[in-house]
Amino acid sequence: MEVGVFAFFAVLAVVSALGVVLQRSPVHSLLALVATLLAISALLIGLGAVAIGFLLAIVYVGAIVVVFLFVIWLLNLQRDPGEPGHLAAKFFGAFAVAALTAELFAFFVRAPVGPPPAPAGYGSVDRLADLIFRDYLVAFEATSLLLLVAVVGAVAVARRWPADQPRRSGAGASAHGELRRAERA
Amino acid sequence: MVNGVVVEFPALKLMLLLPALGVVFNLFLGRRAGRAIVNVVSVAAVVGAFLLALWALGELLALPAGSALKATLWSWIYVGPLQIDLGLRFDALAAVMTLVVSGVGSIIHLYSCGYMGEDPDYARFFAYMNLFTLSMLVLVLGNNLLFMFIGWEGVGLCSYLLIAFWYDNAQFAYNGRKAFVVNRIGDAGFLLGIFALAAAFASRGLWTLDFAAMREHISLVSSAVATMAGLLFFLGATGKSAQIPLYVWLPDAMVGPTPVSALIHAATMVTAGVYMVARLGFLYQLTPATMEVVAAVGAITAFFAATVALAQSDIKRVLAYSTISQIGYMFLGAGAGAFGAAIFHIVTHAFFKALLFLGAGSVMHALGGEQDMSRMGGLRRKLPVTHATMLVATLAITAVPGFSGFFSKDEILEAAYVSGHYWLWGLGVITAGLTGLYMFRLFFLTFYGRSRVEAARLPRLHESPAVMTIPLVILALLSLGGGWIGLPAGMLWGDRIGEFLRPVVGQVKSVPGLEALALSAVASAAALSGLVLAFVFYVAAPGLPERAAAWSGALYRALREKYYVDELYDFLVTRPLFFLSDVAFDRVIDSYAIEGLVDGAAAAARGGAAAIRRVETGNVQHYALTYLCGALAVLAYCLYYSMRHG
Amino acid sequence: MTPVSYYLVLGAALFAIGVAGVVIRRNLIVIFMSIEVMLNAVNLTLVALGRALGSTDGQVMVFFVMTVGAAEAAVGLALILAAFRSRHTIKADELNLMRW
Repeated sequence: MEVGVFAFFAVLAVVSALGVVLQRSPVHSLLALVATLLAISALLIGLGAVAIGFLLAIVYVGAIVVVFLFVIWLLNLQRDPGEPGHLAAKFFGAFAVAALTAELFAFFVRAPVGPPPAPAGYGSVDRLADLIFRDYLVAFEATSLLLLVAVVGAVAVARRWPADQPRRSGAGASAHGELRRAERA
Repeated sequence: MVNGVVVEFPALKLMLLLPALGVVFNLFLGRRAGRAIVNVVSVAAVVGAFLLALWALGELLALPAGSALKATLWSWIYVGPLQIDLGLRFDALAAVMTLVVSGVGSIIHLYSCGYMGEDPDYARFFAYMNLFTLSMLVLVLGNNLLFMFIGWEGVGLCSYLLIAFWYDNAQFAYNGRKAFVVNRIGDAGFLLGIFALAAAFASRGLWTLDFAAMREHISLVSSAVATMAGLLFFLGATGKSAQIPLYVWLPDAMVGPTPVSALIHAATMVTAGVYMVARLGFLYQLTPATMEVVAAVGAITAFFAATVALAQSDIKRVLAYSTISQIGYMFLGAGAGAFGAAIFHIVTHAFFKALLFLGAGSVMHALGGEQDMSRMGGLRRKLPVTHATMLVATLAITAVPGFSGFFSKDEILEAAYVSGHYWLWGLGVITAGLTGLYMFRLFFLTFYGRSRVEAARLPRLHESPAVMTIPLVILALLSLGGGWIGLPAGMLWGDRIGEFLRPVVGQVKSVPGLEALALSAVASAAALSGLVLAFVFYVAAPGLPERAAAWSGALYRALREKYYVDELYDFLVTRPLFFLSDVAFDRVIDSYAIEGLVDGAAAAARGGAAAIRRVETGNVQHYALTYLCGALAVLAYCLYYSMRHG
Repeated sequence: MTPVSYYLVLGAALFAIGVAGVVIRRNLIVIFMSIEVMLNAVNLTLVALGRALGSTDGQVMVFFVMTVGAAEAAVGLALILAAFRSRHTIKADELNLMRW
């Protein structure tokens, strides 16, 4: 990938990532996230990881982002009114992030200069499938199990339980209230 | 010197397992199982150990002289070069002791079934007794000093538990504590001795506490260290074996049940010190000075305790002092280098002293617990078996020729004379006379003369049941014939036990037959004159003792009050200790330093927690931030490291 | 050709931005989005390094990261829903039952 093209997508990724963090509205943040992911997938394709790059765009933008969107709608969150929050925490957090950036930069600046030319078939679906279904087969099967458990877990956690609704909120609230009362006393 | 072989003999483990099972059974199931089953289990455990010991003895005798059987229970301490196993070693010395412990133990367990027949707490009693047998077997079979120390502490614990067996009597509990504390002083000496010896060997590159290995390499130990270690071990022995200066607990230990007095405080445990000195004979032989101390302490204790025994009126107390005196003889023999004679005296003493205690127990049983000889007398006809067996035992302890005590005591006195301890020999001979006097005083006061038994007790006066008299008879036979295993060398079959023990404990010089005969004659004459004197005083002329007591005045009072040694210790040790602990420790160090430390620690924890708990804000983002800071620190270190090392 | 270090530095920058979002924002959903940014910054780094080493394993890692990211999003969003139902908020600093 030429430096000019890289610079375009790099700037796009950074700006939209900042947008994810800085946008007030969750929906705007989500749109910025979409832009970030697309920029990253372009960069991956530029690195020769064609299959993975497209997979990223499809899975993230097509599936995960949509789930985010559903949840935002479900909770009916338009804007976040009390966002500013604790100033000290923010300042400290910003400082820590700056330090992190500096340290990571110091690490990665000294990496090897240019990538060697990609071998034939690098990043192709063939090659990827070869690895996933031979060397990483066990991990792959474990991942399928993980997804299954995640789906069941997500349904179990998010589902409304009409029968024990009062018990859950009641028990939690009263335990919390007792804690608070004890604290005051 | 040792050219025998060492053979693996796993059944030795079983010898420990049986009493251990007895303990567990009695402790956890004894109350539910009922008296009969407890009796059977407890006696069977000890008898089983005795039969195993006989079997092991048979195996041992089939091997060449100086051999041993061994078994390893578990690996114990493996620290660097130091490797200590829980190992058992059954050599000649251990064989003799094991047979005495399990054999006399079996008889006394049997007797206990009758004696403790009406005690509600019989299961606890037998649990302790089996535990004692187990500990004692560990003590004699342990193949290294540390394992032996476990047994040493175990018998001390059982002694304490059994002295204070009737713990609801405050005085009894106090006496138990006294025994325990006094023993602890000796134990400290023992422990320091172990440390000294281990350090001495380790500094020369030998990391071991195994008896056989130590014996082989004893030349590595300098004589200064050997003297120190020998004296420390002997301090331990004086505690366990009730010698001057730590003998004070034994007379008070007589408040325990009489079978306990017979087994622990006469036949077996109190001789453990002698066994230990004999076991470490290779160490003592390095240092003549230590041997002198052992011999002198033994002889002086023997004499001292015999004089005290003259003026006691409690039957068990007399026997307690006579035990102290007899163990003094054993140490005299050990100090003179005749370890074999000392062990021989352990054996014969176990027979006749156990018999004396069991006989006394039989008398007390008949009299409903009476121990004061001034309320006995004339029991000869009422208790014929007890009377006959006690007579045998008394003759044996007096060392009348032909009875078991004669042979062993004679060997000891001969060794003392031959090794040049003429003064100590003289003291021993005088003590032999005193022994005859106080023992026959006890015998005559109990069984002869006018009956002074309280009228209320007369109708219920009875001979003990067979379960108690049979042990008496067995022990009487042993007291009568037990000495014949160690005849003087050259006579009939000779000194069998001495030859058996020789590879382990070493050779003694002996004297030509005629001179030996002369020495025996002197000692026997002293013993018999004591006997005759006792007869004159307590049978022929019953008024004489009072006149003699009045005539000797202060001396008699001093004897009756045991030379005021308890009072002296009280004044010199106990009171200063109490003062120190009350004023210095309780009021100053405890109130300020320790309480300050404890309260301060609590306050610091409370204050610290109050401050630190604010970290727990419950806000996940704060946790994430903290986590980030940690990651930053790690990253910074990695960066620093990669810069330093490229 | 673009040097690999450029990709790595870009990945570091995106990762730091993601961290900033996690630490600073209070909206749980946005925090989740920031985590996705962090994950993908790492993806970029993995692929770039894999390319530098001439290996495809980095891409397989990305594949697994995506799968785990999907699972995490599903469960995480479900948790947010449940939390919102019982506490009527998704502000990270108001969900502080574990407070001293």
